[in-house]
Amino acid sequence: MTFWDKLMNIDRRWVYLCIGIVVIIPAIIPFKVPVSTTLEVERIYDFVESCEAGDYIYLGIDYDPSTLAELDPMTYAILNHAFSKDVNVITACLSQFGPAMAELRLTEVAQQYGKESGKDYCFLGYRPYPAITILSMGLDFQVTFPLDYYGVPVDSLEIMQGIRNLQDVKGVISLTAGNVADFWITYGNGRFGFPLALGVTGVMGADYYQYLQSGQIFGLIPGIKGAAEYEVLSGFETTGLRSIPYQTLSHGVILLFIIISNIGYFASKRKKRT
Amino acid sequence: MGKKMLFMLLLSLLLFAVGNAQTPLEEVLTDTTGPPVPTSPSNVYVEDKPDDDGHGVIVRWDLSPDDGAGMDNVLGYEVYRSDSPDGEYSYVGMAIKGSDEYEDQDDSPIKNGVPNPDFIETEKTYYYKVRSMAAGGIFSEHSEIASGQAIENWFHSGKIGILVGVLIFWSFVVYFIFKARGGKDFYVRPLAGINAVDDAIGRATEMGRPILFVLGTGTAGDIATIAGFTILSRVAKLTAEYQTKILVPVNEPVMMAVAQETVRTAYLEAGRPDIYKPELISYETAMQFPYVAAVNGIMLRERTATNFYMGVFHAESLILAETGNIAGSIQISGTDQISQLPFFIAATDYTLIGEELYAASAYLSKEPILVGTLKAQDWGKAILMLLLLIGAILISANLSFIRDMVTVNI
Amino acid sequence: MRKQIPIYFVFGSGIIMIVQYFIPSEESDWLFTYANDWVIVVGIFALALGIWSLLRSEFRKLKDPKERFYAAVLLFGFFIMIFTGLKAENLEAGSLMFDIFENVLIPIQATIFSLLAFYVASAAYRAFRARTVLATILLLTAFIIMARLLPLGPISEVNQYGVAWILAIPNMAAKRAITMGVGLGAIATCIKIILGIERTYLGHD
Repeated sequence: MTFWDKLMNIDRRWVYLCIGIVVIIPAIIPFKVPVSTTLEVERIYDFVESCEAGDYIYLGIDYDPSTLAELDPMTYAILNHAFSKDVNVITACLSQFGPAMAELRLTEVAQQYGKESGKDYCFLGYRPYPAITILSMGLDFQVTFPLDYYGVPVDSLEIMQGIRNLQDVKGVISLTAGNVADFWITYGNGRFGFPLALGVTGVMGADYYQYLQSGQIFGLIPGIKGAAEYEVLSGFETTGLRSIPYQTLSHGVILLFIIISNIGYFASKRKKRT
Repeated sequence: MGKKMLFMLLLSLLLFAVGNAQTPLEEVLTDTTGPPVPTSPSNVYVEDKPDDDGHGVIVRWDLSPDDGAGMDNVLGYEVYRSDSPDGEYSYVGMAIKGSDEYEDQDDSPIKNGVPNPDFIETEKTYYYKVRSMAAGGIFSEHSEIASGQAIENWFHSGKIGILVGVLIFWSFVVYFIFKARGGKDFYVRPLAGINAVDDAIGRATEMGRPILFVLGTGTAGDIATIAGFTILSRVAKLTAEYQTKILVPVNEPVMMAVAQETVRTAYLEAGRPDIYKPELISYETAMQFPYVAAVNGIMLRERTATNFYMGVFHAESLILAETGNIAGSIQISGTDQISQLPFFIAATDYTLIGEELYAASAYLSKEPILVGTLKAQDWGKAILMLLLLIGAILISANLSFIRDMVTVNI
Repeated sequence: MRKQIPIYFVFGSGIIMIVQYFIPSEESDWLFTYANDWVIVVGIFALALGIWSLLRSEFRKLKDPKERFYAAVLLFGFFIMIFTGLKAENLEAGSLMFDIFENVLIPIQATIFSLLAFYVASAAYRAFRARTVLATILLLTAFIIMARLLPLGPISEVNQYGVAWILAIPNMAAKRAITMGVGLGAIATCIKIILGIERTYLGHD
């Protein structure tokens, strides 16, 4: 095997080792990478920024622990942003394994701002069948969730006085890693027409640009990069921005390996020809 | 409760108006001259809400002359309802300024164990009146009374486009099935992924190692999973003939029951019911990544020679496919999940893209009737392409009737 | 007869559900809810079957020295979660079940998910080679999209436009085409199932 052939056939364990090393580097030597923002994230930031104290937004924490690495920074950034502006936040979870995790995140940020459950925010909990839940919330929160996550009757909550359903909130942002995003588009925006934005995993991101184009969603936060953009815009730095150096280095390594394999490929092809 | 909500609503409207007018709250509250009273909306009428289950009406009116014009002080409209023209009218909801309709709909007769006052009975006459609302809790006179009934509808007119589309497509399918029955031989382009199935099973037999069949992380009702079952049936039949072990770890109990039946019958048809064991199809877990761990464990411990991934896949696609690669397996994948296709294309040997997965049963069985349905699909696609092309040209010329024709109003 | 009854059943319920879709009446709503309730009921019964199958196969594996360890770990986890989760209050923060969920299950799931980072690298290294014209286009596209995360100064600015164009135009065109194919394929498959032409899912041809 020539040197060029070897370049094309590097043992995958070397690839893993390189990735492993570069994802450790930022943890040992922290550094920052400049993040440029995109229009689709700016629109969501502008939406929350345009909310005034007392306005309502609905934040769907519709993911479960398996994708928290990508979606948690979005939850934190949006909650921080909304609570700092005294915006009323209504949340629920449409992912089976997510409610406990969502509740932790919500109370953690709420406590930082001295926000009270039932007064400044509420967590409605989990209901199966996202499509039916969304349709039902579009008509009446109280029918969908007679009791909130803590067992308090929803119609007795201070925050719910003056608001009946999803059509009464200023906008809906759903953070999700599954087909709940499609249900929000079809049954939420499609049926009730309220402004909808999505936060999704990086892999899903490319699937949802079409809905931006068609105006079915007004904004999109794709993966860690999107979350970091939101953090840059809102100034609330959590794990999103801190994850960017890891992403940058690992992408750099992947690109490097792609270049190496192609150099090997072309050189060995030329050699064979000669 | 209703009164409290009304009060809160008025209060929030008041605050909203105060905020909008940039006037300090004290000034508004101490203003004794009183803001001008807006004019009522006119021509109120009530009509049945179309395409519903008979529990909704739409109240419409002409805007107040002070809405967006005149004194321009209307903030919204309040809608009131009663059972009789002279009865007590209760508040049902409001519409913001500029809107000339309100949808009054509720189909739950009982709410929280008590009769629901908002419930709209089918074919019962309800009476409505509307009044305009201005800042500071100032209301116009009520409009004249209008009445109407909610009628139950037996056809959803907004779905007519879908019905037409379905009927056209069904007629194609039925036509091509009849043609196929009449002995017409249709040409279908070869699919590398399908052609590789036999070789892949042969390879496993030569190596004396098992075959792994993964049906994905969808549910038994997903079309992709059903397509997966049909491929599983063919693969299981071949493995029974070759006496090669097949392993089907699943993540949904219903899927397990169906897969067991599919494999059992395939073994029966191959004349080898004696070597069928139900534990070949095993339920692992419903959670995504624990399921991945279970399947990866099987791949690495059993050193499976061939892996099939046929069904609905999510983030696990690449983890499974790369582990299979490490184990040195030949891999054939197929899914309708567009975001996972790139991973399968990069990491497996053959990939069935979207509809190719659905078409696999026709390819594998070579039954003329099944192949006939593929032809119907082609025709359906041709019509879609034509509609897209004409629609794009027309919409560029500001003619929207093709778009309106295919728009579905749910 | 055993083969015929399920096919008639599928035909009947398929046609009824299609007709139901076009009828907005109350009876039609009830039918839809009723049919969906059946799905839940079947799912619950099947879950019992699934757990039975899991336990049976894992207890059997305990006898196999090669599989013993894995089966033991699985059974241990299975019973721990059942026993700690028996009481309703155990689902709240601070309980043992919650702690296991938060400190064992979540990290394990995140770990498996993060394997993707390694696998993306090895798969990209193997797959992205400029063997043909199409492969070269794929390679270049991947390059542009991935390079958006690298701080390359003025190149990044230009690259952003490239990324936006790729995502909005070719990516969207391809996705919509596949989606339409999938849609037609799904309808065709449903027709085949309803008409009883496709019946392998019933366990026979």
